[in-house]
Amino acid sequence: MVAQESHQHGAPQGFIRKWVFSLDHKVIGLQYYFLALTAVFVGMFLSLLMRIHLIWPTAMLPLLGEIKPETYLSLVTMHGTIMVFFVLTTAPQGGFGNYFLPIQIGAPDMAFPVLNMLSFWTTFLAYIVMLSAFFVVGGAPLHGWTGYAPLSALQSSGPGEGLGADLWITSIALFCIASLMGALNFITTTLDMRAKGMTMWRMPLTCWSWFITAILGLLAFGVLLSAGILLLMDRNIGTSFFLPLGTINGQMTGHKGGSPLLWQHLFWFFGHPEVYIAILPGMGVASQVLSTFSRKPIFGYKAMVYAMLSIGLLGFMVWGHHMFMSGMSPYSAFAFSIMTMAIGVPSAIKTFNWLGTLHKARIRFQSPMLFAIGFVSLFVSGGLSGPFLAQPALDIPLHDTAFVPGHFHLIMGVAAIFGIFAATYYWFPKMFGRMMDEKLARIHFFLTLIGTYSVFMPMHYLGLAGQPRRYSQLTELKYLHPLIGLNTFMTYAAIVTVAAQLIFLFNLFWSMFKGAKASDNPWEATTLEWTTATPPPHDNFGGRTPVVHNGPYEYSVPGAPRDYVMQTDPATVAAH
Amino acid sequence: MASFTPTVPTPHPTTSRGRRDDLPPVVGGGDGGRPDSGEPDYGARLRRARLGLAIALTPIVMLFVAFTSAYIVRQGLPTFDPNTNTVVHDWTPVPLPTVLFLINTCVLLLSSVTIEFARRQLARQVALEPVQSIPGVSLGTESRFPWLGLTIILGLGFLAGQWLAWRELAARGFYVATGPSSSFVYLLTGGHAVHLLGGIIALLAAGAAVVLHRPLASRRIIVDVTAWYWHFMALLWIYILALLEFAR
Repeated sequence: MVAQESHQHGAPQGFIRKWVFSLDHKVIGLQYYFLALTAVFVGMFLSLLMRIHLIWPTAMLPLLGEIKPETYLSLVTMHGTIMVFFVLTTAPQGGFGNYFLPIQIGAPDMAFPVLNMLSFWTTFLAYIVMLSAFFVVGGAPLHGWTGYAPLSALQSSGPGEGLGADLWITSIALFCIASLMGALNFITTTLDMRAKGMTMWRMPLTCWSWFITAILGLLAFGVLLSAGILLLMDRNIGTSFFLPLGTINGQMTGHKGGSPLLWQHLFWFFGHPEVYIAILPGMGVASQVLSTFSRKPIFGYKAMVYAMLSIGLLGFMVWGHHMFMSGMSPYSAFAFSIMTMAIGVPSAIKTFNWLGTLHKARIRFQSPMLFAIGFVSLFVSGGLSGPFLAQPALDIPLHDTAFVPGHFHLIMGVAAIFGIFAATYYWFPKMFGRMMDEKLARIHFFLTLIGTYSVFMPMHYLGLAGQPRRYSQLTELKYLHPLIGLNTFMTYAAIVTVAAQLIFLFNLFWSMFKGAKASDNPWEATTLEWTTATPPPHDNFGGRTPVVHNGPYEYSVPGAPRDYVMQTDPATVAAH
Repeated sequence: MASFTPTVPTPHPTTSRGRRDDLPPVVGGGDGGRPDSGEPDYGARLRRARLGLAIALTPIVMLFVAFTSAYIVRQGLPTFDPNTNTVVHDWTPVPLPTVLFLINTCVLLLSSVTIEFARRQLARQVALEPVQSIPGVSLGTESRFPWLGLTIILGLGFLAGQWLAWRELAARGFYVATGPSSSFVYLLTGGHAVHLLGGIIALLAAGAAVVLHRPLASRRIIVDVTAWYWHFMALLWIYILALLEFAR
């Protein structure tokens, strides 16, 4: 085909060049997606072990035996790390962003295809290094996904803090480098590769969200990398960046003069933007899907973009709200508190606009739409507890209780996962040329929605009742006895929710091969990916370059021949 | 799937952002100049590479901003000494090998000049390439001075000088783990050296491009981007030296 020869790099023929070390952003996107898919099942499995341990602490599990307190802590660590880095950062940005950003802006590929490939394989290496921490002497580290020093900075502070912790930090550092390469590619592509007529203000909100996420990643991951380097130096060559003079287990450590707080500052300067890295792409997908299935233009397109930009900007000024408990001047705490609550404003604008889009719409309740509505629901119910925790006076009693996991699981974990599900059901026809089964999708949606609410809503209540987080064995505590019933219910709900994900897994792979054939534009959507073949050819548009004439969400256009106007429809079509 | 008919037909379709014919038709895309098919031209590739470099410098800046803030904060931070149960200031300024550092600075600045010559030399060669193929056209004496090779030698010279500086620091009893101040000296200078090594590798890749007979334009893009990176490294070094010298 002439089209493919004219592409920057010709369509590869061999299996290895085509599917393994591919330069094609679509293949790389799928590689990221499937990496995240394996990671999410590992992470879910770990969370199930934790839930089982919380209600049956002495249960003998097949193959694993009894979960000891240190094992529980390593489960906490690895669940958090794998979910945050290898699922919530990887799937929405690396997966869908890679696949659809170039197509949605009308580009034949990413700006730097080789860098893109390197970025994926570095992420893959990081994932392997992370998982290998389970299988070394001492096992996986205990220090939580936040890796607070001095626990994380000393080889001798506990089982798993030896080689396991070194592997953990190495993996995080590799992941930082991979994410920086990815972010570089996303930003350059967005700025430099848009098709004719695709102005910034005509980009779909998904592209805006990937673009802003990439900027956040570019600024945040360098700082985490620096923190990781310092931590590795403290652990292995005897420096004292994070280690004060002190004793561990009765022995002098030989370190002196470091500051554990320094780690927290560096980590959370990355860590808070990271939660927006996880959620922003979900917001973009929710906007895209809500508009498409409401058959209405998104309400307040520019306000949506400005809201995402201000969320990104404010996200860099609020890291201190994770450290109210760590000892902080009340004046700084006050400033961080005000800034944090200010994020409520752009978040509310976004929610208002989503509801405005739904208002008086002829909604098509298909599976992507269900998950997008679910996203909005979870974003609201998870977000509402944010202003509680933003206030030092409330955060101090709530901080180390189950209230905080309840909050961030709803808004950052499950809401972002719903964004990923919405994206999967929405773009599956374009990626694989077949439709996913609608009936199974609905069952999956309702079980997941009810299941996740049943697991995470009660956590707020447990937290208010004083159940601490991160503790391995709570059944012995007398004051928590009345809560055992609720904990048991949550564990059963978690088992049902995990089982519901097997329905999704089956639907995904079954539909890939046996699903009904999809047309090029099954949802009657307007953005560029729906103008090309299904699945898209190697250079995305089969040798032609799309020319864009319209904004991304032109639905129910009065006077148009159909109820929607594609971005590529020239203005002359409907002019009389 | 439900189909939808607009209830009120209007003569002209109006989209949410005004009448469509009010919008500028097709201008303003980022890659508006891209030809409809084929590889992006040399100018577009150069622009894209420079943009990529500018973006890539951002996390490097963030890395050193993080190191700097850690340095400044740690410097002013009293630490608790459990032996005496008091809060002490334990920051001991490191006696820097200043003369050696200044020599290294001169070497690095000189290399920044030579790489700029290399960049301009290649830019001229690319510009003259189409003319050269015309028979009978003489271009006079185009400089063939190996600026690129000289830059690599100067870059390696700078790294060797840094190595000597670290040796001197160690000879004065300041090792990486001696105290917080010496750790930071090694961290900042070492971090810079690693980044400069990346620049040298890029220049070696440009040299390899000559050997492998890669197109002149590709070589020019590598050298151009590396030159800007190199200038940034020189600036970064001056910043680090000033920080270590004036904020001890």
